Amino acid sequence: MPSLIDLTLEGRKVGQYGPWPRVAVDASVWIFAASELAHGRWSLLGLWGEPATVHMAIMDGQTAEIAVVSLECPDRTFPSVGKHHPPALRLERTIHDLFGLSAQGSPDARPWLDHNRWGARFPLGGRIDALPKAAPYRFLAAEGDGLHQIAVGPVHAGIIEPGHFRFTASGETVVRLEQRLGYVHKGIDGLMTGATLARGVQLAGRTSGDSTVAYAYAFSRAAEVALDLAVPDRAVFLRALLAELERLANHLGDIGAVCNDASFALMHAHCGVLRESVLRASAAAFGHRLMRDIIVPGGVSRDIGNGGAETIQATLDNIRLRFPALVELYDNTASLQDRTVDTGTLKPPLARQYAAGGYIGRASGRSFDARRTLAYPPYDVLRFDVPVLSEGDVNARVWIRIREVEQSISLIDQILSRLPEGPTRKDVPLGGEVREGMAIVEGFRGDVLVWLRLRNGLIERCHMRDPSWFQWPLLEAVIENNIVADFPLCNKSFNCSYSGHDL
Amino acid sequence: MRKLLFESVFRQPLTERAPSPDDAAVAELATALGQSARRRLGRSLSIREVDAGSCNGCELEIHALNNAYYDIERFGLRFVASPRHADVLMVTGPVTKNMREALERTYHATPNPKWVVAVGDCARNGGCFAGSYAVVGGVSEVVPVDLHIPGCPPTPTAMLQGLLALLERADAGAVTS
Repeated sequence: MPSLIDLTLEGRKVGQYGPWPRVAVDASVWIFAASELAHGRWSLLGLWGEPATVHMAIMDGQTAEIAVVSLECPDRTFPSVGKHHPPALRLERTIHDLFGLSAQGSPDARPWLDHNRWGARFPLGGRIDALPKAAPYRFLAAEGDGLHQIAVGPVHAGIIEPGHFRFTASGETVVRLEQRLGYVHKGIDGLMTGATLARGVQLAGRTSGDSTVAYAYAFSRAAEVALDLAVPDRAVFLRALLAELERLANHLGDIGAVCNDASFALMHAHCGVLRESVLRASAAAFGHRLMRDIIVPGGVSRDIGNGGAETIQATLDNIRLRFPALVELYDNTASLQDRTVDTGTLKPPLARQYAAGGYIGRASGRSFDARRTLAYPPYDVLRFDVPVLSEGDVNARVWIRIREVEQSISLIDQILSRLPEGPTRKDVPLGGEVREGMAIVEGFRGDVLVWLRLRNGLIERCHMRDPSWFQWPLLEAVIENNIVADFPLCNKSFNCSYSGHDL
Repeated sequence: MRKLLFESVFRQPLTERAPSPDDAAVAELATALGQSARRRLGRSLSIREVDAGSCNGCELEIHALNNAYYDIERFGLRFVASPRHADVLMVTGPVTKNMREALERTYHATPNPKWVVAVGDCARNGGCFAGSYAVVGGVSEVVPVDLHIPGCPPTPTAMLQGLLALLERADAGAVTS
């Protein structure tokens, strides 16, 4: 079995991101990589475009080696990866929408983010005028006696992001769900081009609001890899503190919200109170409830405020006091368990195939957690467990969150007790001509990947890959044969990002 | 569960005192509200939230309005599932080109009298996404806006202030006209 190292020897090395190489390859190596992905030997971490190049980030699951392979596309086409490996399909459709590079042999050439509303096609590649009239989007067929369709969205009934879901149901049972996303596409890739690092990290922090820390973290680390910049120790620990507070707040909110979608409002109310307490502690310590714009290239923009550590500690004590009773309530309420156990089951092979990150992967037997697998500092010196279950149902995804709440509390304790003294920020050098960097950070939802290229200190290209890219398609799979009324429950237990996905 | 419910009988409520209405917001509103419209509403507004392109940050804080600390329903403010049930549209985000039509249709589906509250810095003028090929701009480029609540995202308290101002104006109108 060839290793990633062997593969990279086949190509011409053009970059190095810490331990991860980037190599320029030809079409045959590109196709070989696609077939290795299809055989499950490697996992797809990302697939993105440039005006005349496509890049693919791959990980060897056994060794945690990571490499980026790049293919020039002089005739504006590249061999389809999705043809062999379905997780790449939506990414390829996106590359076509944004850059006009087409995936040859792809079984699905429909547009994805482009709804024919931009007034132009291929806005980041060879921009051309839009088609005069939009062709209606072709949803996949589902045929049979007595089937009916339910169209939901883009404006949903709850206070959530917009997207369209097309259900085909037989009575109450869902036969097929097809998603249509892209409604909140803001063109962030395009806005990044030519931006300064300061503006870049601001945009990164506004890519997915619930993961503002994770995105700023990943973006800053990618920039620091590019510039070969080591951040001060205190900043390294403060970043992890911010990341864990974000994870804690989101998980607490999600646990309550999943129960709420099973009409169990009591859990929602109590979890909502705990979530609010974390946001208030975050505001007390860092001046912003969601901790936006705190992580920046070079370190953090502000140190923990006076009394901040004590406020966080008091909040943790309160959660430690109150949370176990809620977990017990969740576990012992039969009517609630009836809804969550055995609902929306994601089979482990599918989670592996899609390299699903976060609680979705870990509830279905995939143990990947960037904090552990890639062990970026300070997680290399902190003690924590990565909970893994294999049931893959809504209940398992709730339990992973419950366990991660406990782990985050313990991590915050450790960080606060060993927070080094010293500066929190370093000046960012302009850097020579062309620099590239990549980083992967574990957000609450899963691994966020950021790749960027700087030219004379400005961003020439930046691509950010949300974990949702590999989670959304799985939601289509798990809802099959569940009843329509369980969709909100399944959807909330996934809690994929629309904005992070649509960019 | 009984224990948890029993405890809450004795614990002090978490709900906090209402903030005073935002002066700036009141001034902005003074010109925005029609007299005859206010009479019909009394002290109650049904709100439909529309994400027209936000990063989801504003939605998180709008959600927080429902938690025990802010308890928005005590003011007669209520989030509803359909624009057809709504008096107020709370719109977030820079309006993306892909969401423009959905926002327009939601607006037209809302019965008169209605108000539009634009929430967050992006909703004013597109914020840091202004100028993108995929973004129209602020909410007012697509539908008329009556009140803007700034912030990235605005805190729940700031949103409550803005909405209370809206309510007071609606109420005052009902009394005086």
